[in-house]
Amino acid sequence: MATAAASRRLPASERLRRSLGNGRVSAVLILLPPALILFTLFVILPLGESGYYSFFNWNGYGAPTDFVGLENYQRIAGHSIFHKAVGNTVKIVAVSLLFQMPLALVLALLIFRKTPTNAVFRLIFFLPYILAEVAAGLIWSFVFDGNYGVTASIAQSLGMDSIFILADRDWAFVAVMTVIVWKYFGFHMMIYIAALQSVPEDLIEAGRIEGAKRLQIVRYVQIPHIKPAIIVSAFFAIIGALQVFDVIIPLTNGGPSNQTHTIVTYLYTFGLTRLNIGFGSAVGVILFVAAITVAVFYQRFFMKGDKA
Amino acid sequence: MRHTVAIAALMGGLASAGGAMAQTEINVLRVATNAEQEAYYEQIAKAFEAEHEGVNVTFEYIANEAYKSKLPTLLQSNARPDIFYSWGGQTLVEQAEAGFLKPISDMLPEGFADTIPEAGLTAYSVDGNLYGLPLYATEVVFWTNTALTEKAGVDLDAIKSWDDFLGAVKTVKEAGITPIIVGGQDKWPLHFYWSYLALREGGKDIISQAMAGDDGGFENEAFVAAGKDFQELTALEPFQPGFMGTTYETSSGMFADGAGAFYLMGDWDYLPMRERSTSGEGLPDDQLAIVNFPAVTDPVAAGGEAATLGGINGWTVSNSAEPEAVDFLAFMLSAENQREGARQQLFIPIVKGTGDALENPFYAKVSKDIEDSSYHQIFLDQFLGASVGATVNDISADLAQGATTPEEAAAQVQEAWSFR
Repeated sequence: MATAAASRRLPASERLRRSLGNGRVSAVLILLPPALILFTLFVILPLGESGYYSFFNWNGYGAPTDFVGLENYQRIAGHSIFHKAVGNTVKIVAVSLLFQMPLALVLALLIFRKTPTNAVFRLIFFLPYILAEVAAGLIWSFVFDGNYGVTASIAQSLGMDSIFILADRDWAFVAVMTVIVWKYFGFHMMIYIAALQSVPEDLIEAGRIEGAKRLQIVRYVQIPHIKPAIIVSAFFAIIGALQVFDVIIPLTNGGPSNQTHTIVTYLYTFGLTRLNIGFGSAVGVILFVAAITVAVFYQRFFMKGDKA
Repeated sequence: MRHTVAIAALMGGLASAGGAMAQTEINVLRVATNAEQEAYYEQIAKAFEAEHEGVNVTFEYIANEAYKSKLPTLLQSNARPDIFYSWGGQTLVEQAEAGFLKPISDMLPEGFADTIPEAGLTAYSVDGNLYGLPLYATEVVFWTNTALTEKAGVDLDAIKSWDDFLGAVKTVKEAGITPIIVGGQDKWPLHFYWSYLALREGGKDIISQAMAGDDGGFENEAFVAAGKDFQELTALEPFQPGFMGTTYETSSGMFADGAGAFYLMGDWDYLPMRERSTSGEGLPDDQLAIVNFPAVTDPVAAGGEAATLGGINGWTVSNSAEPEAVDFLAFMLSAENQREGARQQLFIPIVKGTGDALENPFYAKVSKDIEDSSYHQIFLDQFLGASVGATVNDISADLAQGATTPEEAAAQVQEAWSFR
């Protein structure tokens, strides 16, 4: 405190000389530019550019000249397929939080201890996550195929008519969500396993001696201990849901009749493939704002505990 | 490239010995195709190189969807091709307006343009400037499995009107046969129905009228009527089960496997559908017939019954092209090379008087259809540009599933058109 007060009394030039002398400023001057330049080139500039393009009706040819103000945003706000895409994204968030995470937690509780059998199960459950998204989407599109797929053989062996789930406007997205849960539960499970392994064994032991049942130990010892991990995994689930893209394109390509779009596939379909670069940029800006808002709010309300 | 040629010219002038000729590169970019067609181009390139010393022709191929999304970026870069594949339509207009294309009328050999039919030249002109040349024309027709229609007792020659066709669909369905195969997931196979019906209902000029904004544009009664006609068909549930989950490729193989009686598709699918069938053989020629898209009995406006829908695919010349590139284009489209393409059953040639080389009866019929056509409308999903075209595909799929009304469908296309 005393030194801080003392330095405040010094003239500015002297303060600068001293801080240069202790190496902090020079370290900043040397170490900051590379990261700053890269970040500006590849993050800030493109962001600014898409913000700029979003005010134009532009097909990507030549320079944007047709300034339309906020019309792109108005069109997005009034587009029923965009509403559907937002709704679908919210559904993915809900399914991730209500199905995927509990499933991951239950499995993690079953296999978190280090035994050879558990290692095998861990590998099996984690496999879908390792698989490339596009490959997973393709594989499942074969599974759901109503003519030759696994679901078709099941339906036939039960004596039912073939089900074409990916061609059904109401059920296609259920299929998509199933694939997403299957694809990513292993990732959340791994986060929980790592956290569960760090819960002190003597606490569990103590609980048991006190006469706590298995479920009570889970409820009062293990889950409270891994709460930070759960909060982080929920954060990943939400941000991940905002970004779902590669699974959907090979699986349904957003169809049937644009019923299975997420915000990102909507951006790709209506912005890029249709060469409405201005329109697509506007969707990108909206997605960016949504992601930032979620991140900031989440940090404020759920991750506060981490800092304390 | 420009420098190379400048240097080449300089060297040619200085060094009369001509030992140090610089190379002129001609880069041609095409949508990926089958091996036979690639070999055909390779041969043409070799023949041209043999005749023109110091010229090197390179063909490059990119898969369909990737081609469409990469092209705008490519054209703005230094790596832009000299000649590239095109479907004409609004995309060509946009490229020309952005200044990426080169007007070639004055660069073509004397009299060359006269060998191309008027419609083909119009398809590659913007504001009176010719920016490319057509390679071949295609027509969308009902491929028909005659074994199945005979079994159901349908007389194909009697299908003249849309109502006749609906009747045939009912008869086939009652016989326990899937009437129509369609690749609904890709949507564009469904857009053929809406486009054809719009032409039949509104007359041959309906699309250009709508583009000009006359009579309500795309909300004109003809487009609404087209939607209604289409839904009369879809109400019969004519497609294979789960048609919205079937891709074009799958549907093509299914038809060749005999899974349904009718299949509305371009003539180009003749060979590919065989390759996609389970046996690799497909339907034998004597079980295959072409039925033209029927007329409607009481159209909104007359004159659409003899119009055809299809493509006039070809080549566009970019602004980086050297005169040699235009020479090569003319060489590629010479009557001789077009005949060779026809002989190899690669495509239906567009250059006048080369159709006689078509030995395949189906191709010969399509060639004659296009010649007799009152107006050859280019696929709407290409003709109206990427954005409006995709909207037409969307509403066609929605109409097929009963997810939208004919009025709403027409309004959506108009909305997309006014904000293109």
